[in-house]
Amino acid sequence: MRHVISILMENEAGALSRVAGLFSARGYNIESLTVAPTEDPTLSRLTLVTRGSDEIVEQIIKQLNKLIDVVKVLDLAQYSHIEREMMFVKVSVDKNSACEAVKRLSDIFRGNIIDVSEKTYTIELTGDRSKLDAFVNALGEFRIIEVVRSGSMGIARGETALRA
Amino acid sequence: MELTGAEIFVECLKEEGVETIFGYPGGAVLFIYDALYQQQDKVNHILVRHEQAAVHAAEGYAKATNKPGVVLVTSGPGATNAVTGIADAYMDSVPLVVFTGQVPRPLIGNDAFQEVDIVGITRPCVKHNFLVTDVKELATTIKKAFYIASTGRPGPVLIDIPKDVTTMRCEFHYPKEITMRSYNPTTKGNKRQIRRALDLMLEAKRPVLYTGGGVVLSGASHELTELTRELGFPITQTLMGLGAFPSMDKQFVGMLGMHGTYEANHSMHESDLVIAIGARFDDRVTGNIEKFCPYAKIIHIDIDPASISKNVKVDVPIVGDVKQVLTDMLEELRSRKERPDPSNLAEWWKQIDGWRNADCMKYTQDMTGPIRAQYVVEKLWEVTNGDAYVCSDVGQHQMWAAQYYKFNKPNRWINSGGLGTMGFGLPSAMGVQLAFPEETVTCITGDGSIQMCIQELATCMQYRLPVKIICLNNGYLGMVRQWQEFFYQKRYAMSYMDSLPDFVKLSEAYGHVGMRIENPGDVEGALKEALAMKDRLVFMDFITQQENNVYPMVPAGAGHNEMILV
Repeated sequence: MRHVISILMENEAGALSRVAGLFSARGYNIESLTVAPTEDPTLSRLTLVTRGSDEIVEQIIKQLNKLIDVVKVLDLAQYSHIEREMMFVKVSVDKNSACEAVKRLSDIFRGNIIDVSEKTYTIELTGDRSKLDAFVNALGEFRIIEVVRSGSMGIARGETALRA
Repeated sequence: MELTGAEIFVECLKEEGVETIFGYPGGAVLFIYDALYQQQDKVNHILVRHEQAAVHAAEGYAKATNKPGVVLVTSGPGATNAVTGIADAYMDSVPLVVFTGQVPRPLIGNDAFQEVDIVGITRPCVKHNFLVTDVKELATTIKKAFYIASTGRPGPVLIDIPKDVTTMRCEFHYPKEITMRSYNPTTKGNKRQIRRALDLMLEAKRPVLYTGGGVVLSGASHELTELTRELGFPITQTLMGLGAFPSMDKQFVGMLGMHGTYEANHSMHESDLVIAIGARFDDRVTGNIEKFCPYAKIIHIDIDPASISKNVKVDVPIVGDVKQVLTDMLEELRSRKERPDPSNLAEWWKQIDGWRNADCMKYTQDMTGPIRAQYVVEKLWEVTNGDAYVCSDVGQHQMWAAQYYKFNKPNRWINSGGLGTMGFGLPSAMGVQLAFPEETVTCITGDGSIQMCIQELATCMQYRLPVKIICLNNGYLGMVRQWQEFFYQKRYAMSYMDSLPDFVKLSEAYGHVGMRIENPGDVEGALKEALAMKDRLVFMDFITQQENNVYPMVPAGAGHNEMILV
């Protein structure tokens, strides 16, 4: 099963590699990983998406908690939660007809065109994973030059929060 | 007053009460060595001959005393040579603080002379590590390192100190206490879980206690012994747990696992309640996990939550310090009236005694034939009254030592369990001898293992460490050969040692006493003679039977009830 794991950790050199190293050393998989400092600059929040049986995920969480730099861990799969990912797509629009069609698709998906050149449009899109996948599929007839995805971030609904 | 980083280093060791450290100097740590030189009456530095040995010596010191061992090595090769020892300490949960020198900060990342990213290299095999980038953080970092290494599940902590940090000055202040928001190990077990565990224990028909190194590390030997006697249950111990419960006690059914006793492994297999205490269900213990304890509920007491239900699903987990949990458990037990049903237990003991009758450790020593390794260990046990410190290397001799030396006290059996590091024995014995100068410290080794850290004979001479080396010399890498005999149709690939040195002459060249013993009749006399030389290192080279196997054995992939007896 797919799990979104939120990790609050010390914002220190090496902390990220301890988390990443744990996954490679123990043979756990990382589907995506995203990390940035929080409102408290001494803490970073990392969101990691992994897959595994309940036993494996339980072990992953225990092992993460064992890392000295890790302050708290939350398996969002256990809570009602919201998940979002951000994507940039650069599309080739060298035919005139393409400009209009790409703009229309972007609007349908509530995307923003954030850069335009003679031959390219760059679209910014936010949503859950399946929406981003659907947009990439919808662009099928156009030539995609680049796709950049942030990896998922998640937050629990309501009062549940991950705080130090 | 302002101190340099190097001076702060020494002050911190004094604050931590560190008396002995093990190390080897080099460019990046010269300022530290200079500061140590000026306070050599305060901190005793032992100069080893290879950094790996410094770490093993510190491990021996730590395993015998339950205090953190301290290591100081230089950058680059000094640090990488220490990695095997660090990984060893990590696997066996040995509290260590390892200091490595690093190139000056402006050179970090420049592929400077003797530069390695030791923090990166050791990340997967330390409990935690630090790179100190500011002298103002040095004292706090050292405080944290000792705290992390010695609390919770102990382990090695590494501190990498760039050379320029050792010359910078700042005000010295050593924190008395330290709190870390991200590190608060649980020590007290959950009361409700302890009661649940006791409920199961009082109802069990075929209970068995399975205890490991955690009991030794936690200093819970007394509590374990009390609890075991109070309950009347059979107890088996892992390789790392030996000595926590007296081996001569009739409730002890021997070590379990791959080379455990027939009765211990069968007790596990037939048990309806396994009480695991400070043990981690290692693959050498469980055998085939699919066939492990098929009828048992499992209670697991461990300080490391990640050890619980890692390999085997546990019914009653209790996270906490073993000593604390056992104290609470004893108190709870003593407050209750009921005790395990004596008739159930009698029935269970009858079954166990049946397995005992297989006499799985039996061997014969033909007094006209070659010396059998088992015989040497058994004689050593006799002549030392089971009270010596026994440090071991890795291989057949290690198993024989575990099987035939009956430990009655904890912290006396010092070996490399998890990582299985050949070369561990001699340096770890140095560490133990330094911690206990008056005690008998022995090193049971083989002709293969001893050569992996043989250079430490020089260290033993320099510090007059009267370790007694018992080399069970069979001319083979015995355990490798045994597996080749069993599983590779006797194709002895690279397991025979041609051109062994003359260990007697070699020991003499280092300034020690060497003995060669070739006849079974001479074994006891030689041991007594060597042990009588209180102030000398004696290297006893026992020429033993070449193709001798460790029995009994649970072959890889088999269950506990599928042992090979002979």
